[in-house]
Amino acid sequence: MAVTTLRPQQRRHTSHSFAKPRRSVLLTVLTGIILVYSLVPLAWLLINSTKSQEDLLSSFGLWFGDGFSFFSNIKDTFTYDDGIFVRWFANTLLYVVVGAGGATVLAVMGGYALAKFDFPGKKGIFAVVLGAVAVPGTALAVPTFLMFSKMGITDTPWAVIIPSLISPFGLYLMWTFATDAIPNELMEAAKMDGASEFRTFVQVSLPLLAPGIVTVLLFSMVATWNNYFLPLIMLKDPDWYPLTVGLNSWSQQALTAGGDVIFNLVITGSLLTIVPLIAAFLLLQRYWQSGLSAGSVKE
Amino acid sequence: MITTPRRRLLRAAAVTAVAALALSACGGASDDGKSSNTGGAKDVAAALKKGGTITVWAWEPTLKAVAKDFEAEHPNVKVKLVNAGTGNDQYTALQNAVKAGKGVPDVAQIEYYALPQFSLAKSVADISSFGASGLDSTFTPGPWASVKQNNGIYGLPMDSGPMALFYNKEVFDKYKVAVPKTWDEYVTAAEKIHAANPKAYIANDIGDAGFTTSMIWQAGGQPFKVDGEKVSINLGDAGSKRFADTWQKLLDKKLLAPTASWSDGWYKGLGDGTIATLTLGAWMPANLESGVKAGAGKWRVAPMPQWEAGANATSENGGSSLAIPTASKNKALAYAFADYATAGKGAQTRVDAGAFPATTKQINSPEFVNKKSDYFGGQEINKVLAASAEDVVKGWSYLPFQVYANSIFNDTVGKAYVSKTTLADGLQDWQKKSVSYGDQQGFTVN
Repeated sequence: MAVTTLRPQQRRHTSHSFAKPRRSVLLTVLTGIILVYSLVPLAWLLINSTKSQEDLLSSFGLWFGDGFSFFSNIKDTFTYDDGIFVRWFANTLLYVVVGAGGATVLAVMGGYALAKFDFPGKKGIFAVVLGAVAVPGTALAVPTFLMFSKMGITDTPWAVIIPSLISPFGLYLMWTFATDAIPNELMEAAKMDGASEFRTFVQVSLPLLAPGIVTVLLFSMVATWNNYFLPLIMLKDPDWYPLTVGLNSWSQQALTAGGDVIFNLVITGSLLTIVPLIAAFLLLQRYWQSGLSAGSVKE
Repeated sequence: MITTPRRRLLRAAAVTAVAALALSACGGASDDGKSSNTGGAKDVAAALKKGGTITVWAWEPTLKAVAKDFEAEHPNVKVKLVNAGTGNDQYTALQNAVKAGKGVPDVAQIEYYALPQFSLAKSVADISSFGASGLDSTFTPGPWASVKQNNGIYGLPMDSGPMALFYNKEVFDKYKVAVPKTWDEYVTAAEKIHAANPKAYIANDIGDAGFTTSMIWQAGGQPFKVDGEKVSINLGDAGSKRFADTWQKLLDKKLLAPTASWSDGWYKGLGDGTIATLTLGAWMPANLESGVKAGAGKWRVAPMPQWEAGANATSENGGSSLAIPTASKNKALAYAFADYATAGKGAQTRVDAGAFPATTKQINSPEFVNKKSDYFGGQEINKVLAASAEDVVKGWSYLPFQVYANSIFNDTVGKAYVSKTTLADGLQDWQKKSVSYGDQQGFTVN
């Protein structure tokens, strides 16, 4: 950044910002509140995953109980009911890899095409995509269920995967991202050198789109991983449940006569469920950050 | 804590939404007459030989072991056990599947209170001809009466819930309160316990349709009478009044913990002595043992308190049957499984796993009756529970639309728990709304 060329007036204005940040009590307090707000549920989950079912009901919620059952809870979570948790885990992975992965591929290709090619009806598509962003997936779940029911594919993995493939928000994001990230000159140069459209896309444009792709991938991964409502109404067979619906069915066991009450496994299972998401964020965050700031600074 | 009310609400909304849409979308679907075999014990034997796959919708956990044993005995048969939700959730799913004509299971767990709704609509089949008509003495009279309607048999009783008073002995000892034998004594005990410890209550209740109807049943009320399409509802009869008057006293003095049954707070209260008694079906011990480990050794079972001193009237609370939907394509095989799970070897497997039997053989076996429960401090609890099964008041019936009626319970009677409305007024409101629903459904009500 060209700090040296700043006029004195401006320099005074920015002198606090980087090297010596000016402390704002209000902002610090606000950020602190938000930090606590986001961390308390996680802390609660972590603390309570160390308790046995018995401890869970007899001890204070935000502190440790008498025993330490963290590892036995994890073991029980994986082995309960012939290891159905592992199956749910694999299902969730399948839905995420095929559903969110597919959604990303489609969003990247579609967004690129919309950003870089002119064709009739583009404005119409723009309106439809923007409109689709505004419709929450939950609202579409029931109509989709009825449609799939007629097609006879409810209660199969397809019922969860196919709707997950569509991500209007991802498409819109890729569209705007591709518009700025790929200079038209570069594409022209590639074509001049004799590259086909496909080769231009794969070898020239894709690397430039990487930060955007990671962003879309993260968004759709989180959405698919946490998807609850859609699989809830689509699936009846516990063998195809994702973790969200499976954990809920464990929790529901407490609501019935003769049911095995396993709140401790529900909590430990929830903790294990969010670990891969946290890992994905930590691993991909540097791509994501560069994606968010791309284009914001003129070099 | 774990299932937030909001999520439950969302879930409920989802199910209702699907139900509503499925109703409107598939209303025109015709009855399918495709169902192959229509009856005969021979068909059952043949179906077992031939083998095949059946889908069973049930939430009862002990069925898992039963399904495995059944498959082991009949290697050609595959049982797909699906938990399609507990109670209401499953009924909604089942009704949707029946309406859509697709995805209907071969066997479905249906509670006794909900069975008339399905049998009257012919959604579940009369299974007399498969061999059920010969099972008169196999099942105890209460549950057996619950699955029979209009000379047909619409399910096989899987368990039963004769009521008893479960109480936390530690609490009663600590505050020197006698275990109540009548409901008047129960009110006095409630006052004493709450006075001794303002955090402790004799029971929790925020309005529960199943509990209320069971209490009216025990009090000798017969608010629901069904004769074909003619239905009468009178929630102001002597039995209903009796219950409302007594329970109103507990409400007026705020002697009931405002905790929802089956919530984590409930399990906690049962463990730490702040909820001192439960008046529930005989299936409760298994839940106490698995969900309230902190209560081990503290709980005991006593006969249900009486409306008249010295009497021994009881009623049923909960309990389910296995029914066979009319749309099942393999009814004979489905019957073979239902029979195995309820009257055959499965009955013992399930009792061993903690279910309360509906079969005379198991309920009378010395091994069952004399079994000492460590959780209940070595008490022979089955003696009390089996005795309760004998004393169930006869002549009770549920509405042919009880599932709906129970779903509006909290909007009507439930008001008595949170406002100045009295229970008696709440019951009248419940009656009024149930009558108008029944009329809409084509019944002749009152």
